[in-house]
Amino acid sequence: MAKVLMKGNEAIGEAAIRAGCLNYFAYPITPQSEVAEYLAKRLPEVNGVFLQGESEVAVGYMIFGAAACGERVMTTSSSPGVSLMSEAISYIAGARCPAVFVNIVRGGPGLGGILPSQGDYFQATKGGGHGDYHMLVMAPDGVQEAVEMTMRAFPLAEKYRGPVMIMGDGLIGQMMEPVEFPDNLYTPPTNKDEWATTGMDRRNSRKKNIVKSLYLDPAILNSHNMLLKSQYDQMKREEVRFEPYNIDGEYKALVVSYGTMSRVCKTAIDNMKTEGFEVAMIRPQTLFPFPEKAIHEAAAKESCQCVVSIEMSMGQMVEDVDRSVKGQKPVTWFGQCGGEVPTPEAVMEHVRSLV
Amino acid sequence: MQKEVMFAGFGGQGILLSAKLLAHAAMKQGFQVMWIPSYGPEMRGGTAYCTVVVSDRLIGSPIIKNPSHLVAMNRPSLEKFASVVKPDGVVLINSSLIPVRSGREDVQELIVPANEIAVGLGSVKCANIVAVSAFAARSGMVDVDILRECVKSEFASKAKLIPLNMDAFDQGLKIGMS
Repeated sequence: MAKVLMKGNEAIGEAAIRAGCLNYFAYPITPQSEVAEYLAKRLPEVNGVFLQGESEVAVGYMIFGAAACGERVMTTSSSPGVSLMSEAISYIAGARCPAVFVNIVRGGPGLGGILPSQGDYFQATKGGGHGDYHMLVMAPDGVQEAVEMTMRAFPLAEKYRGPVMIMGDGLIGQMMEPVEFPDNLYTPPTNKDEWATTGMDRRNSRKKNIVKSLYLDPAILNSHNMLLKSQYDQMKREEVRFEPYNIDGEYKALVVSYGTMSRVCKTAIDNMKTEGFEVAMIRPQTLFPFPEKAIHEAAAKESCQCVVSIEMSMGQMVEDVDRSVKGQKPVTWFGQCGGEVPTPEAVMEHVRSLV
Repeated sequence: MQKEVMFAGFGGQGILLSAKLLAHAAMKQGFQVMWIPSYGPEMRGGTAYCTVVVSDRLIGSPIIKNPSHLVAMNRPSLEKFASVVKPDGVVLINSSLIPVRSGREDVQELIVPANEIAVGLGSVKCANIVAVSAFAARSGMVDVDILRECVKSEFASKAKLIPLNMDAFDQGLKIGMS
């Protein structure tokens, strides 16, 4: 298929349809409202359901309902909206239902602003809601990767029977780039008769299924928590994805950055390379599970003097970077927030100052 | 080789569309492209600007502080952005609305009375098409024949607007090539 020029938000909507998701419930919020605009038009064409909820709280539970029925379902929102959905995400994780959440992050806290930010890193990776749960979190660095990650999110949500999040930022949502929709990323839905509430007419062929997150017996809840933990451990073994950049030769510093920020860092690294100043980067594509081993190994290179986490947040990912480097080299943070994106020049100046 | 152009003007002048047309043409030529709007709390009549990056390799930073070229459709845009354009860039000035010049000696000014031409053709709304074709012809950033096809396909669902926009395109081309 030929490439088309699309906004990130629209491309995410189309990718969901190509992934077989015919249920989309949402509430508009800048900078991701184009997903809803696009799917409101597009879903009826493929006999799908578009529904605008009365709030993000309601949308969260609409997602829970559809997911409990074994349907592929997605919502998109931006930071304040995701906070409102976080209770439902915790219930969905507890009840082990597959669902896809997209957060096109804007500045915070509170209503914050509408420009790009990565301030929701903790919320996404450490569980925005209550209880012991994680989401598998993927962070695209452009429109093409947003498409691919959206298409992968549905089978991953089914594999682990839990919520999967795509964490973009306002720029990824708003910018246009050429994209292709790779048909080979479509996977047929898995059999959900084991657990989903698929309706009375299926009851003759399966046992009674109850979808719930309430376990009053502490021993049973404990074993439920252990089961969830074993799944998160499996994610750490099987789903870590990252992109190494300029990592083969000698380098004086290692940058860790993701999403829009990583593209700025790539330009900075290319510019420094022309000056003979070598800097490497690990770009996490999954934020949970985090590429701990890759960062640990990259930091271990003898020429590498320091590691810097460069974020559009006030020092969030740096905690995971620090945990990964395990004290081998000094780890610091650099970034800007609130809708300001560090320029390549600012990144270059900062990285040079470290060495 | 990477080139960037910033389109800037009032909301409603078709800034985002002319930028999209240029990006579309560059994509059809096989380049990597990126279209980055300013998306503040905007309104019709407020300022709008949009950057298009065209490159023969993967595009890094979407944050462009110093574009190669500028298409200024109104006076505040020229005053705000003329100083950030890289030396030797093209600065298109919509002289219908901008009585001043860039004040730079090291850029190529391209003076286009885009609104007057558009009104003469029948609608001020096609001033953005006059500007984008003049800019493309002068800067060489994209192939003008491919750009022409992109304008045509953009208006495919409103076919009655195609002749007007083709006229606008040709008028812009004439100025850009002169």
